[in-house]
Amino acid sequence: MYQNQAATAPAAPTLAPTTGAVATLQALVAEGVDTIFGYPGGAIIPIYDALYDFREQLNHVLVRHEQGGIHAAQGYARSSGRVGVALATSGPGATNLVTGLADALIDSTPLVCITGQVFAHLLGTDAFQETDIINITTPVTKWNYQVTRAEEIPEALAKAFYIARSGRPGPVLVDITKNAQMQTFDAPEYAPCTHIRSYRPAPVVRKEYIEQAAALINSAQRPFILWGQGVVLGKAEREFQEFVEKSGIPAAWTILGVGALATGHPLNVGMLGMHGNYGPNVLTNECDVLIAIGMRFDDRVTGRLDKYAKQAQVVHLDIDPTEIGKNVKTTVPVWGDCKETLPLLTALVEPRQHEAWLARFNDYAAQEVDAVIREELFPTSEELTMGEVMQQLNEITGGEAVIVSDVGQHQMVACRYARQNQSRSHVTSGGLGTMGFALPAAIGAKFGAPHRPVVAVIGDGGFQMTIQELGTIMQTGVDVKIIILNNQFLGMVRQWQELFHQRRYSFVDIQSPDFVAVAAGYRIAGQRVDARDALRPALEKMLAHPGSFLLEVMVTKENNIFPMVPQGCSVAEIRLR
Amino acid sequence: MSPEPADRQEYNITAYTENQVGLLNRIAIIFSRRKINIESLNVSPSEIEGIHRFNIVIVETEEVVEKLAKQIEKQVEVLKVYFNPNEDVIWQEMALYKVPTDIIAEKVLVERLLRENGARAVVIRKDYTVFETTGHREETDNLIKALQPYGLIEFVRSARIAIIKASDGFHHKLQEFERREPGEEVAENEFLNDREQVFTM
Repeated sequence: MYQNQAATAPAAPTLAPTTGAVATLQALVAEGVDTIFGYPGGAIIPIYDALYDFREQLNHVLVRHEQGGIHAAQGYARSSGRVGVALATSGPGATNLVTGLADALIDSTPLVCITGQVFAHLLGTDAFQETDIINITTPVTKWNYQVTRAEEIPEALAKAFYIARSGRPGPVLVDITKNAQMQTFDAPEYAPCTHIRSYRPAPVVRKEYIEQAAALINSAQRPFILWGQGVVLGKAEREFQEFVEKSGIPAAWTILGVGALATGHPLNVGMLGMHGNYGPNVLTNECDVLIAIGMRFDDRVTGRLDKYAKQAQVVHLDIDPTEIGKNVKTTVPVWGDCKETLPLLTALVEPRQHEAWLARFNDYAAQEVDAVIREELFPTSEELTMGEVMQQLNEITGGEAVIVSDVGQHQMVACRYARQNQSRSHVTSGGLGTMGFALPAAIGAKFGAPHRPVVAVIGDGGFQMTIQELGTIMQTGVDVKIIILNNQFLGMVRQWQELFHQRRYSFVDIQSPDFVAVAAGYRIAGQRVDARDALRPALEKMLAHPGSFLLEVMVTKENNIFPMVPQGCSVAEIRLR
Repeated sequence: MSPEPADRQEYNITAYTENQVGLLNRIAIIFSRRKINIESLNVSPSEIEGIHRFNIVIVETEEVVEKLAKQIEKQVEVLKVYFNPNEDVIWQEMALYKVPTDIIAEKVLVERLLRENGARAVVIRKDYTVFETTGHREETDNLIKALQPYGLIEFVRSARIAIIKASDGFHHKLQEFERREPGEEVAENEFLNDREQVFTM
């Protein structure tokens, strides 16, 4: 099956009798994996049996649900820049991974998921806990493969890791039948995969496009940079900053790109998109050259596409050729890894300052402060706002914490207002918008960045979707700070119902348990705050607390997130209220 | 049904792939996800051992077909994808017709009809005869219409197979793919092909 498929280094002559299960774990160790997130079950028992002897090399985190396991692996990958690994059994264990796979695919997160499968001879017989996970996960994986013989395992896993982390990263799934886990075979020394003939992860950069892009940028009067997670995935933050600083071009970010350039940088003009900043949205439709770097023109970024930046010439840097010209017509396509293309471009752009142009961003920013931000961060109303919680948190952490946000209003507040001094400081579910992502992702993020404080910011709705992972925190003792911004509503849906559906609040008034009591049940310290004077001390107490802490903040119920580009409107039609 | 944009036409997508379980599904869902119907699909070994060739026919605009082709080529086990309108390819479909033998034997008209359509008898039995023709859709369709009054029992048509007129085959390309540092042609920046449409100083 595998001959001629992948070129690997010549197999070492040493052959050792090994079970498939042991070979699986040896592959993980050889790939540099130190932490795996999983949940055992019948069809993966042989791998768990072997894991008993690998406890020194592989830290297995027992989660409470496979969805929690894969989100934790995502958090680990996002905070560390390494491949996240999740383990699950066949059937329901495997199907519980699907949401995380879809999330990881759309957010380009490198994952290797290993699922157990029924014995090969039972495939297709509707055996106990059999499900066709390969076909179920085909649309939500970069690559997947079913192993039915132990000899396939080393090569399948070598390919899996290579594919997951190279090119545009993404999730892969390897499904291993139980007989393959149990079989003994003569295993060659593990050989990492470095080449697959049908797979070209790194395009050859063509100088003529770099030259054309530089000429266009040098001729621009009102150039504007949009950057996305590609800068982070390419580990090109330094190269990106040099490009921005030399060219002097204002730069705005997608929510997955945040932090690649510090939020306080003078050329960082803010966030793009539906709830992004005022200036970046309005001026997208006034710039003359738009330079998109490692971003994919998601509809939440572009608003109405036929009224998006029609006046601009577009330079698009991306490693994935399917993204170039997918949504926005590109004038100069710069296909390649931005780690490679950005320095080439920087060398050719003229050092400039666009003072008048930058001043326009600052004018809009001042208007936004007056209309929205001041009241959100320093409210005069009696009730607490989500924004002031982020503001207080910024003041205490100084922007050094890893923020993990869930999905909804609190996510937009966290993205808009969290100070971020460095890359890989904000883990959130961007493309898929997966409620319930944050709590398990925060657990993984802490394992991926153990020396940084990790603060999960979650709504009262999303927290209840994966609340069971408090058990994982309890058992592992992982130090995750949890802030629940509780507005007693499914707030983002409520906002849309208020603005676009005549305030018909249909099933958004969600009730919650006593979160602090629930945390206490898991032996996690906690506190509930509903008054302004208690907020700062509570945040300080939370951050100083040794170990996990849950802080529930009762915030005003019917606040709306503004600015907002209503669906179907152009970015220039962004509303401040 | 959505209204048909005027520039929709038949396109022939040719994909060279590894011979891998599950790849058919991976390619098929690229179309079904976008609610695009596959008019014809043929998968067969190519001129190179171990490399399979997909011939897929859809009716779409060039812009859509180009994006689909890129999505197919993005799959790990796909080597190369081409897309061509009908005028760029030589294509054939094969059809089998089962007709009662007694009618053919008795009616001179039918015999002539078959000859005119280039049909060849594959099997002749007492009760029925199976004829085969190859050609374009209209040609094989014509013979069905012609045979219908004479008790056509059964009819089947194959998927379309197409050869690209301008292609040099895949042998030398494959050698490039197998190298870690491939030459210009395989490592090509596909956007170079769109040179006229992109910015030049």
